[in-house]
This record gives sequence, structure tokens and C-alpha cells, in this order.
Amino acid sequence: MSDERHLVVDRIKCDGRGLCAEILPELIRLDDWGYPILKPGPIPEHLRPLAERAIDDCPVLAIAMRRAEKRS
Amino acid sequence: MSNSVLWYATRGAGAVTLILLTAVVVLGILTALRVEGRGWPRFLVTGLHRNLALMTLVFLALHIVTAVVDPYTNLGWASALIPFSSYYRTFWLGLGVISFELLLAIVVTSLLRGYLGHNTWRVIHWLTYAAWPIGVIHGLGTGTDAWSAWMLAITGGCIAAVVIALLWRLAAGSRDPLSSERSTFRAAVDRREAR
Ligand code: SF4
Repeated sequence: MSDERHLVVDRIKCDGRGLCAEILPELIRLDDWGYPILKPGPIPEHLRPLAERAIDDCPVLAIAMRRAEKRS
Repeated sequence: MSNSVLWYATRGAGAVTLILLTAVVVLGILTALRVEGRGWPRFLVTGLHRNLALMTLVFLALHIVTAVVDPYTNLGWASALIPFSSYYRTFWLGLGVISFELLLAIVVTSLLRGYLGHNTWRVIHWLTYAAWPIGVIHGLGTGTDAWSAWMLAITGGCIAAVVIALLWRLAAGSRDPLSSERSTFRAAVDRREAR
């Protein structure tokens, strides 16, 4: 699929508030210090709206969606 | 008859705008305080903050449009957009226009936050602390109902809510927002070294 997307976190910007994990626990859990750990792999279609919400709600704009790079 | 309907609409929408805007400001401060609890996740606060902000603009638009089209006031569109250009209560209406335009800037930049970057957005968002009091003063200065008991109660309640939230934030603000995370991290490092 050409439209696959992944979540990425900017580890420098992220200040570990964990809002994203509250919204999207299916793909994001938090480590012991409140920083996100992303589930690898593309974002399932039905979670796309929640992923967008998580991105919008991050207080420091540290999380984003990227189109999957083509791997050969 | 229809004239006074418009006038009532202006006043009602103005009062609703004040209440909504106050709720938005208080929720915004709560976001910064990271208030959370069981059954009250933080995304609820951010979601409410955003949706109420959009609703505030709707009522504010209603407030302005009904005031302008009201033939009795005969304000004209220019006085709704250019501060201090209205012949009618120049100063107080001008404050309202400024507050409206600040709010518009805040909402538009928030919607474009992803393009502006976090720091620019944040600086502009501080304008809230100007827009809200200017709006309150506009209401006290020119509100037809400003000194009626119920409107005074609303205005007083709004001011009290924001002041309490602000004091709470200032009391909590000097703390390092990541202090607990940092100390758990430090503790974890110490534990490792002790091993
Ligand atoms: S919401 Fe943003 S700052 Fe908070 S943990 Fe997620 S990515 Fe980091």
C-alpha cells in the first residue's frame, strides 16, 4: 500500500507528558519516565483519526506521521 | 420589534461569549497545570479547550453581526473591524474589536500550529492574557446589562474563575514541570550505580 503511515517522535522535543499515549494507547505506551514507546509498523486504518488527534494534542508538537519509506 | 430582537441577541451572545471565553481560558490554564484524575484524562481538557474556543468564536461572530446589522445602532462594518473607528462609544467598542481580533489571531494560529512551529504558536498564544481582560473591560464599559445584578454576577464569577486558575498556576508554576520525572530518573541511575 502506498498510503501507509508510521508514527515518529522527535525525542528532543518530546517532554514526556504522555498525552499521546492517553489518546492512542493502541500504538503508544509510556516508559517509566513518561516518554512514549511506539508500536512498530504502519498505523492501522481505523486508528488513523486517533493518531491525528494525538499529533494535534501533543503540547510541544513532538509527534508526527510519516509516509512509510519504501523498502526493497 | 425585530430591532429589539437583534439587540437582545447582541447582548445575549455577548454574555455567552464571556462565559465561554472564560471557560476556555480556565481550561487552557488547567492544561498547563496538567490536571488529571481518574475519569478525567488530560485529552478531555485539551479537547474541551479547543472545541469551546471554536464555539466562542461562533458566539462572538453572532454578537458582532447582530450588533452591526441592528439598524438602531447603525454601526457599519468598518467599526466592527477597525478599532476605535466607531462614532458610538468609541473607546469601549474599540476594546471589543481589539479583543475580537486578538482572539481571531489566537485561533487561526492554533489551527495552523503544525505549520508555524511550537515556539511561534506559543508566543502568540500568550495574547490570550490580553484578549480576555480587554473583553471583560469592554463588557463592563459598554454592556447594556453590565450593572444589572445577574450580569454583574456572571462577570464577577468569570473574573473569579480566571483569577483562581491563574493563582493556582502561579503557585505551581515555579516548580520544575518535569521534577518528578527527573527525580525518578535520577533514582533509577543511582540504583544502577549501586549495583
Ligand atoms: S504528547 Fe508529545 S510531548 Fe507528550 S509524550 Fe507524546 S510526543 Fe512526547
